[in-house]
Formats: sequence, C-alpha cells, structure tokens
Amino acid sequence: MKPLQKRVIVNRLMNFLAGAAALLVILPLVLIFGFLVYQGGSSLNLAFFTQMPKPVGEAGGGMANAIVGTLILIALACCVGLPIGILGGLYLAESRDPRLPWVVRFLADVLNGVPSIVIGIFAYTLVVLPMKRFSALAGGVALGVIMIPIVLRTTEEIVRLVPASLREAGLALGLQNWKVTVRIVLVTARAGIVTGVMVAIARIAGETAPLLFTAFGNRFWHSRLDQPIAALALQVFAYAISPFDDWHRQAWAGALVLISMVFLVSLAARLATRGLQRQTR
Amino acid sequence: MADGLQVSDLNAWFGARQVLKNIGIRAPANGVTALIGPSGCGKSTFVRCLNRMHEVVPGARATGQVLLDGEDVYGPGVDPVMIRRRIGMVFQKPNPFPTMSVFDNVAAGLRLAGIRAKDTLNDVVERALRQAALWDEVRDDLNAPGSSLSGGQQQRLCIARAVAVQPEVLLMDEPCSALDPIATAKIEELILDLKKDLTIIIVTHNMQQAARVSEWTGFFLMGEMIEFGVTRDLFTAPQDKKTEDYITGRFG
Repeated sequence: MKPLQKRVIVNRLMNFLAGAAALLVILPLVLIFGFLVYQGGSSLNLAFFTQMPKPVGEAGGGMANAIVGTLILIALACCVGLPIGILGGLYLAESRDPRLPWVVRFLADVLNGVPSIVIGIFAYTLVVLPMKRFSALAGGVALGVIMIPIVLRTTEEIVRLVPASLREAGLALGLQNWKVTVRIVLVTARAGIVTGVMVAIARIAGETAPLLFTAFGNRFWHSRLDQPIAALALQVFAYAISPFDDWHRQAWAGALVLISMVFLVSLAARLATRGLQRQTR
Repeated sequence: MADGLQVSDLNAWFGARQVLKNIGIRAPANGVTALIGPSGCGKSTFVRCLNRMHEVVPGARATGQVLLDGEDVYGPGVDPVMIRRRIGMVFQKPNPFPTMSVFDNVAAGLRLAGIRAKDTLNDVVERALRQAALWDEVRDDLNAPGSSLSGGQQQRLCIARAVAVQPEVLLMDEPCSALDPIATAKIEELILDLKKDLTIIIVTHNMQQAARVSEWTGFFLMGEMIEFGVTRDLFTAPQDKKTEDYITGRFG
C-alpha cells in the first residue's frame, strides 16, 4: 500500500471515530429525555403544575408545592452561594498574595468533589441541629455550599480573561483600585459570570441527597422558611420508591419537569455566553 | 502648570532588574516632549513612572523626583490616584471599555469619580470629543458601543476619555503604533491642538513623528537617557555619537 493511501485511510478512520464519540456524548441525554417523555409525558397536564399532591389512593393532583419549593430553594441557595462565590472568585483573580489564593483554589476544587450527601450532613449539623427542625433555610444552605466552588472558579477564570489594559485604563483615569475592580473589571466579566451562575443553578436544581435531612420535603404548602419545604427532586424520590402506579407516573413527570428546567437554564447560560463573545469581539 | 513636568534622578526596577537609570528631563508646560529609542530601552516604563502606573505591576518600583507644578509626585503621602487624575494617559493599543457606549466611555472618568449631573456630563463629553476631533464622526450615535469604532477612532475615543477629566499632563505611549498613516496623521494634528490646553509627553518609535510634533526630544538607550534637547537640534546636530547612530539608522 502506498504511504499516501494509508494516510487517507487513517484520516477517515480517525474522523469517523471522533464523530462517533461525539455522538455518544449526547446519546445518554437523548435516551433519558426520551424515556422521561415516554413514561411521564402522559401525566403532565395543567393540574400537575397547579395542584397539590392528592392523598394516597386518589388519582390526579400535581406537584405545585414541589415546583415552587425547588424555586425557593434555588433562590435561597443563590443568597448563600453567589455573594461568597463571586466575591471570592474576584479575590482569587485579583490577589497578589503568593499563597492564600493557591490554598483557596485547591480547597475549592476539593469542596467541588465532596459528595453532596456529605454537604447535606454539614448543613444538618450547622442549621438543622441548632434550630431543632428541618427547614427550607437548611436546604438552601446545603445547596448554596455546593454552588460556592462552581461560582468561585468560573468567576475567577472569567475575571482573569478581562484584559489588563482595561484595568490600566481605569487606573490611569485616576480611579481607585476597588472602583476599577467593581465598575470596570466585574462589569466587563458579567456575562461570563452569569454563565457560571447558571451552570451552578443547573447543578443544584436536581440535587436530592443534600435535601433529605435538611429541607426534608413537605406534602403541603410550606408556611415559613424555617419549616420543611417540598422540592421536586425529593418528591420524585418519595414517589418513585412508593408502591403506587399513579405515583410512579407522577415521579416520571416530576423528573421530566426537573430536567426541562435544567435544560432551560443551560440554554439561557449558552445564550449569555454568546452575548459575551459578541462584546469582546 | 506653568512649570510643566520636571524629572530628576528617576530610577525604576522590575524586581531586581534596574530598567531606568538616573533619568532627568524637563517637559515645559504647553509643549510636546517626545521620547525616542529602540524597543525595550525603557521609554514606556519612564512615562508609566510619571503617573505612578509603573508600580501597578507586581514587583515594580521607582525612586526619584517628578515635579508636577512644583509638587513631587513621589513625595511622602502623595496619593497615586490623585496624581493620575492630573496626569492622564493614552496607551499603545486603543482600550475603550468594551461594555460601555461611546458616551459612557468618555464620561467614565467623571462618572466613576461620583459626578452624576446630566448637564455637566453632556457638556464634558461633547467638549472632550471635540478636543479629540471625534465629535463629528460620533455625534449622531453616542450610544454605539465604544468597541464598534475603527481602530483610529477608538484611539481618539481613548484620548477623549483621558482629556475629559481635564488633566494637566497627557502621557501618550506610542499612541499611533497600531494605526494606519491616515489615522496617525489625525492624531498628530490633534496633539498640536491639545497642547494649547495641556502638557504632552509622547513615546514614539517613529522618529519622523517625533520631529513633526515635538519641541523637545529625549533619546533613550538601555535604560539611560543618552541625550535630551530641542528636537531640531537633536535631529540635525546630535551631541552624542549613539544618538547620531540611532537617528541615522545605523542601529535600532
């Protein structure tokens, strides 16, 4: 075989393998989504979004409380995770200290790898035990802690991407360092930071383990934030391990709603990134 | 303002490496002083020392005396932020704030310093854009993003941004090196206009440019000021052999 022919064949083979691998990446998601639609699609109706869970044995009902509960938990988690994550990331990107940023960065990566159930135990010890009850707050703290390393690291990476020349332009105008950081560097990086936040939200929206003994779940409307609250992931879990067919169908539908929410958030994040690219061009 | 800028015994370091050695110049008020020399000779570092931008780089430091209207820029207790308000700077590459409109770019210095009054800002922006000879090109669309302008326009926008805070001195660090000849000609014309209001120090690679715009010229070589004098004299009758070699193109 001539060397040229061999090269062409190897090239085609590698192209095929790389393309096949790329397709395999999206295959699980397509299968999961298809299966969820197949199993849960029939239970998705207006009532699912607007009604409360029905007592055992009664057909119908919905997961309105869990959908709202998930949104509230996400909001609470953002209150914990965003300020710490964004300000910390800003510090990591701007600090000239030779050691502390390295340590924080390393530990943040470790925290990112800590199993979420362990973070649930952390929130249990920190919030549930002193308050002596499960609560939305405890769930928010657990999810917020999971958000911190994600937001921290993306903020740092994005802020590092802001050209030094912009910072210098600000300083040369006679602006204080903190003003340059907040009003110029942070503003220039905002689209990228938004993307990081969206990714973090997508990650925590479906978390179940850390909520088991913090938010706990609730079959009724939550009354206050220091009371147990329902969450989609918890409700899906509870329904999935129940012995009732109707609940199983609802669990599928709940999972479908959850994954759709994550899908929408990720899509929004992608669009925000496109905005950033336009700006810097 | 009457005295312009007087520099003596200026030394600068990056870490342990000394990059400027005992530099001294006098940049008279309402004049243009040009600094020439081969790449890496310390011209840029020198102008960055004048508004205390040099020390922004980690590990960089400078000593010496820089008198701005009689007051030492490196004096004890002097706030670099206040110095930078009085000594503006235009960089080699145009660097408008990408998230801001043309108007906001020019207004940035005042606005971020706390000035909110709409009328004041409108007046200042128009005046600065006129000074930078950009007003006629952007007046119809002040809300366009600053980064949508051409390279030459962006550089004039940066000049407008710098003069909007009404500095006494304007440092220009190779302001034309990223621009085409037509844009360069516009900036040079502008420099001659601007010197009515302020003192200009310009770093340039281009000796013709130095000859065209400046009254005084300094020649830098390897961190030292080889020669400083009236531009015409320096180019026609250089005192130092090294200056002569450089301006006749024998090296550099």
